[in-house]
Amino acid sequence: MAKELVMPQMGYDMQQGTVVRWIKKEGDQVVRGEPVAEIETDKAVVEMESIGGGVLRKIIAPEGTVAQVGEVIGIIAEPDEDISSLEAKGPKPAATAPPAPKASPAPAKAPAAEQPPAPASAGEIKASPVAKRLAQELGVNLGQVTGTGPGGRIIREDVEAAAQGPAAQPAAPAPAAAAPAEAGRTELTRMRQAIARITSISKQQIPHYYVGNEIDMTAAMEMRRQVNEKIGGDPRVTVNDLIIKAVTIALSDFPALNASFKDDHLETHPYVNIGIAIDLEQGLIVPSIANCEAKSLVEIARASTDLGKRAQEGRLHESEYSGGTFSISNLGTLDVDTFSAIILPPQSAVLAVGSVKKRPVVDDSDQIVVRQMMNTTLSADHRVSDGAEGARFLQELKRLLENPVSLVM
Amino acid sequence: MADISYRDAVTIALREALREDDRMFIMGEDIGLYGGPYAVTKGFVEEFGRERVIDTPISESAMVGAGTGSAMGGMHPVVEIMTINFTLLAMDQIVNHAAKLRYMSAGQYTVPMIIRTVTGGGAQLAATHSQSLEGWFASVPGLKVVTPATPYDALGLFRSVRNEQDPVIFVEHILLYSTRGEVPDDHYLVPLGKADVKRRGDDLTLVAYSRMVQVALDAAEELAGRGINAEVIDLRSLRPLDIGTVVESVKRTGHAIVVEEAWRTGGFGAEIASQIQEQAFDHLDAPIGRVAGAEVPTPYSQPLEMLAIPSLESVVAAVESALGR
Repeated sequence: MAKELVMPQMGYDMQQGTVVRWIKKEGDQVVRGEPVAEIETDKAVVEMESIGGGVLRKIIAPEGTVAQVGEVIGIIAEPDEDISSLEAKGPKPAATAPPAPKASPAPAKAPAAEQPPAPASAGEIKASPVAKRLAQELGVNLGQVTGTGPGGRIIREDVEAAAQGPAAQPAAPAPAAAAPAEAGRTELTRMRQAIARITSISKQQIPHYYVGNEIDMTAAMEMRRQVNEKIGGDPRVTVNDLIIKAVTIALSDFPALNASFKDDHLETHPYVNIGIAIDLEQGLIVPSIANCEAKSLVEIARASTDLGKRAQEGRLHESEYSGGTFSISNLGTLDVDTFSAIILPPQSAVLAVGSVKKRPVVDDSDQIVVRQMMNTTLSADHRVSDGAEGARFLQELKRLLENPVSLVM
Repeated sequence: MADISYRDAVTIALREALREDDRMFIMGEDIGLYGGPYAVTKGFVEEFGRERVIDTPISESAMVGAGTGSAMGGMHPVVEIMTINFTLLAMDQIVNHAAKLRYMSAGQYTVPMIIRTVTGGGAQLAATHSQSLEGWFASVPGLKVVTPATPYDALGLFRSVRNEQDPVIFVEHILLYSTRGEVPDDHYLVPLGKADVKRRGDDLTLVAYSRMVQVALDAAEELAGRGINAEVIDLRSLRPLDIGTVVESVKRTGHAIVVEEAWRTGGFGAEIASQIQEQAFDHLDAPIGRVAGAEVPTPYSQPLEMLAIPSLESVVAAVESALGR
């Protein structure tokens, strides 16, 4: 039975991907689950696994082709099977970004005869009524929207995505006064486009609240030194690993912070997948470590080392991009005391962590002592939890990190 | 609350009516000594006597004519027509007389007659006994058409129907009699012309009535397992029709699929679809879908009959196709 290989959806907001490389060639045997191609998403190159076994009979999307999610990029079938009916399908010619309109001064007069052809009107485009209405309301040009509905119809989701995304019509720039130097222009990489889209959606749709506290890390730092001495640096337990472990334990008492808001209900996750903000040269990514609730501190350290290494190489699995349930952003190595992070949807909270620094602190007996202090700030979705709950979570996190023996129990 | 069958609900409604309303009497084929072809009126002759529980000959036209005359004269008849298929014999009395008299007499006469009848297929009764003709009556001004899908609605709607001044076709479904549901112990009414949201959902709206409500609910349950949250609306009465509840739902979901057991061509679902597109056009994200009975005389063969009637599978397939899954 012939099977169509389609552009997979890797991450909840992925709309298209590029076939970077075919690992299998036409005629190669393929086992179900075996990697067949490398797909570049907005954020990384990910291996695509075959959904069935047989022979890679036909590559429909050659390397370099951009295909919409769901579009057929290849066919797997038995060696002698007739696949002619499937071969007709396939992606449209490689999509290229529309050329950026050249900035030019508005003409003083525009003779009617010289007006450019009107953009394709909604009437000539296959779009649902609600898509047409929304497009008008949101100022989206349907001619630039790819339909994902039955038969390629543009549906509501497509218009909403386009309105959020870079394809939305830019507002007309204010006419610049005679400027001596021209402003620079840098085209956005797909990664920057994705970051722009996701952070905008988050800030527009999620009512963030923020609570912060200060944690005495002296005992935790000492314990970390002992653990690292004992295991000989393989793996090396970092401050962030301690925080991942402490957050994981604390979340078991705060399910609303390990949940997703779904319009009329809350989806609480039965596992804790901690997303780690990683600063790559190209931009920020937040892959996650799955099932932290089932991992010891050392196992978390091993997983985070591995995740960081593969992130640098652009070799992360699809599930690591979309599976996070709570994220941690740590700018401690960059000499940051406090900051606030933006929640990564569909998660409902993110913890921002600053540097661990020696500071004078007044202890219980009113003596000024030197302790290693660290600031954290929790950003959380107010639709899901309230400030007091966030504060109680931070209290628990503080208790765990200041009594670190529970992190290795 | 009591857990009762749909049959019990109709029995309770009729018994209550006969006890409370001296002007009410019932007539029909085999409803007296035999207790009713669906055992709805068992024991009624013993309780109310043969003057109020009248066994008639096989004479649908005469029954409805007699009912109409008695209603004009101040009585409150319930005429039972064994199946909706046999209303064809009384069509002239129903459509041309009962439905018209109030209008043509300028209100001098009213016809507060309840015609109880049984619709639907699925009981292997073959082509002449398995039709769903209630949509035909729903297109006639002057009639009211009520189509309960649950014991709760059957009892509550019958109580409301008793207050109507116009002839009402009260349509029960042959496969619903043994279905069960909760009804409150306290007296309640279900008004005509008020649809009921039987299940909440945001992804699409399934519109149904009578037994297809249950099919739609089963399909919605299956769809929920596939990540699709369907809203199920039970129209409860076809005339008067509560299109507002449907439109409000479709404006939210952007998708509508109308499910009916009757044949597709000219089916009442076409009227629903038409009114949805008139009132919610700018909110639709896909064409309005229809799931209806196959355009054949209902087969006697059980496997073929099942294929001719909308099922969980056919509704799920229509939904997935509409959503492009």
